[in-house]
Amino acid sequence: MGATTAAAPLRLLWFQASGCGGCTQSLLGAESRAGVFAQLAASGIELVFHPAVSEASGDEFLALLADAAAGRRPFDILCVEGALLRGPQGSGRFHLLSGSGRPVIDWVRELAAQARYVLAIGTCTAFGGINAAGDNVTEACGLQFDGEAPGGLLGERFRAASGLPVINVAGCPTHPGWVVDTLLSIAAGALGADDLDAWQRPRFYAEQLVHHGCAKNEFYEFKASAQKHSDLGCLMENMGCKGTQAHADCNLRAWNGVGSCIRGGFACIACTEPGFEEPGHPFMETPKVAGIPIGLPIDMPKAWFVALAALSKSATPKRVRENSRADHPVVAPALGKGRPK
Amino acid sequence: MSRRLTVGPFNRVEGDLEVTLDVEDGRVAAARVNSPLYRGFEQMLVGKHPLDALVVVPRICGICSVAQSAAAAAALADASGLAMPDNGRLAHKLILAGENLADHLTHFYLFFMPDFARAQYAGRPWHAAVERRFRATTGEAVRELLPARADFLRLIGYLAGKWPHSLALQPGGTTRAVTPTEKVRLLAVLRDFRAFLEGPLFGDALENVAALATPDALRAWGTARSSDFAAFLAVAADLRLDMLGRAGDLFLSHGAYGRSADCLFARGVWEQGIAQLAPFDAALVAEDVSHAWLAGGAPLPPLHGETQPLAGGGLNDCAEKPAAYSWCKAPRYEGRVAETGALARQAVDGHPLARALLAEAGGGNVEARVVARLLEVARLLPAMEEWVRALAPGAPFCAQWTLPDEAQGVGLVEAARGALGHWLRIERGRIAGYQIVAPTTWNFSPRDAAGTPGALEQALVGLPVGADEKTPLAVQHVVRSFDPCMVCTVH
Repeated sequence: MGATTAAAPLRLLWFQASGCGGCTQSLLGAESRAGVFAQLAASGIELVFHPAVSEASGDEFLALLADAAAGRRPFDILCVEGALLRGPQGSGRFHLLSGSGRPVIDWVRELAAQARYVLAIGTCTAFGGINAAGDNVTEACGLQFDGEAPGGLLGERFRAASGLPVINVAGCPTHPGWVVDTLLSIAAGALGADDLDAWQRPRFYAEQLVHHGCAKNEFYEFKASAQKHSDLGCLMENMGCKGTQAHADCNLRAWNGVGSCIRGGFACIACTEPGFEEPGHPFMETPKVAGIPIGLPIDMPKAWFVALAALSKSATPKRVRENSRADHPVVAPALGKGRPK
Repeated sequence: MSRRLTVGPFNRVEGDLEVTLDVEDGRVAAARVNSPLYRGFEQMLVGKHPLDALVVVPRICGICSVAQSAAAAAALADASGLAMPDNGRLAHKLILAGENLADHLTHFYLFFMPDFARAQYAGRPWHAAVERRFRATTGEAVRELLPARADFLRLIGYLAGKWPHSLALQPGGTTRAVTPTEKVRLLAVLRDFRAFLEGPLFGDALENVAALATPDALRAWGTARSSDFAAFLAVAADLRLDMLGRAGDLFLSHGAYGRSADCLFARGVWEQGIAQLAPFDAALVAEDVSHAWLAGGAPLPPLHGETQPLAGGGLNDCAEKPAAYSWCKAPRYEGRVAETGALARQAVDGHPLARALLAEAGGGNVEARVVARLLEVARLLPAMEEWVRALAPGAPFCAQWTLPDEAQGVGLVEAARGALGHWLRIERGRIAGYQIVAPTTWNFSPRDAAGTPGALEQALVGLPVGADEKTPLAVQHVVRSFDPCMVCTVH
């Protein structure tokens, strides 16, 4: 075998802004034989620093961060986790980095300017997320969006040294697989500007709908709807489910090996989308006008939806209708005559 | 010689923490604990549909999201007088126990033990083995823990769809009934996790660990085997971690896993040196804001609490309140500082080892806090096995909640790191007040109006600080021994 020179690993710096830490907790659950850190290392990504798991603390960490922010300690990938708090009155004082006396938003601006790739980990970091709910007293925003408005902390024109804008690995929390796939794609040189959607989310998961692969598929087809919590029926008509509008592959790749929100029996609240935190209606109720949900499936013309819903409701098999209103199957599918044809 | 040291950020702590130490003659003379982040969750909830709290509150915290959900669900159920069916109650207990167990192990393996792998301990007889096993992110134990933890979290995948941030926990039960086959699979998940616990972590049957009743028995047990817990006991004995980090004498637990009358770990208030356990009365909790960058006067009970940031918040010389140094309120029980967490839970429950460790050292300490956490692991998994066996597929999992027009409710649960309470007021069908007292709000509170320091502030006093130490190791051990969650604290 000839001598090969392994490419230098990509150095990853993880930084936590104002979040719940849930995206890191989610990431720790990534499915990998020896855990996510071993997987990243084996894939050419060196975890230089992560506040939840690295050894350095206090002055050691601040020194490392100051060097990274000033360009004295080069790194490649910056993952930011958590919303950026600009309040009160733009001062950033609602969130100072411990021990530094400086607003976190100043640190993030400096670090982002040194990175080849900047990843917004989770919806808070991408768009502001739950931090921006209510009156947004903390003036929370995302790295490159403020809700749906382009801009955010870094501004619409920001580009990392690679030429890419902020990569928004949105989700609340984000799925560990979305983060790992994004990082491994970067390491493989397989993530370009064309691989991001209009919200700058990786297309590999954002160009799916939560509806795809939904386990309640048959109930949806017949509009056999859940009437109350724990019913097996489709959650769209009454329970607030936005799975037919939300972009993510949650029902194609399992959560915690076996689950998803809808598999857990509760509504998709579209947590990968900007503004999900203020839907304008109670989360677990479907807003309707004249009995028809106002949020129709993406790409579906309203007249067809209404017509098909009426038709499919009238055609609902008894089994599907009865099961939709129970918390466990009460009628089993009939056996066909002979082999399936 | 005296000097002031500002220490932070603390890594391997959930969220933002800064500690200011006054050091005199090489020891901490006074400590001030600051949470330099304000998040505004309580303000955000006002005016919302009460059930929307179930979406918002888990997102306070990624590591105790289920505990937050459970507290909100309990407060909502209390507000409407709703009772859960048996399956719902079992599922609630299992989901919360799943999170708390995972958190205990995350704390032990990823947050706490890596400090002993540091080069500063290179001369100690245990260092090489601890370094190999617990080195941050690359130690061999990390490679074993993470897959075991991920497999274990399938339990929550089945019962609650995902972790963190599930909506499965409702005031009337859970949204997800399990099938008979899923019940079989849940038992298999627990069996796999038991194998991890009885292998690398303990090297012994859980029942044997849970039966350890005295400090002598514990130490003899530790020296007789090689396991991760035994490795900790050796480190603790060598560094005298039992002499480190004593806080106050009052220990508080909301009671865990079940209604207050029949929960697995009892509810109550236990005072070191007093044999009698006192009942816990939620009405005796009040929050003091004298040293917080928040508006307000006298301490208020949470039901009538307010959270209003001061315009000069975050500044050490805040014009409106020069004494303020934290965004965290100071909860007090009958006006007194209380410690909460696994050690408090086990002491309140009357576990002989927890009480004996407290008696031996004269109070809470780093060793006792870590031992209590792992003792709880050994006690909890067998209980979970029973709860899974008791699930009755086919019977209901969820009673239906109806919105009261005017009501109030209190939800008291135990997160991994201690007592978590939600106080809710509903007016005209909307949330009129929502106050959260989190475990780390108790443990890491600032001073109160009387100037009494919070539990961590007390625990840090007297710790050694080396002349050239900027982030003293002893301080780090004590801070992490509480398994703090700052993101909950600064909600």
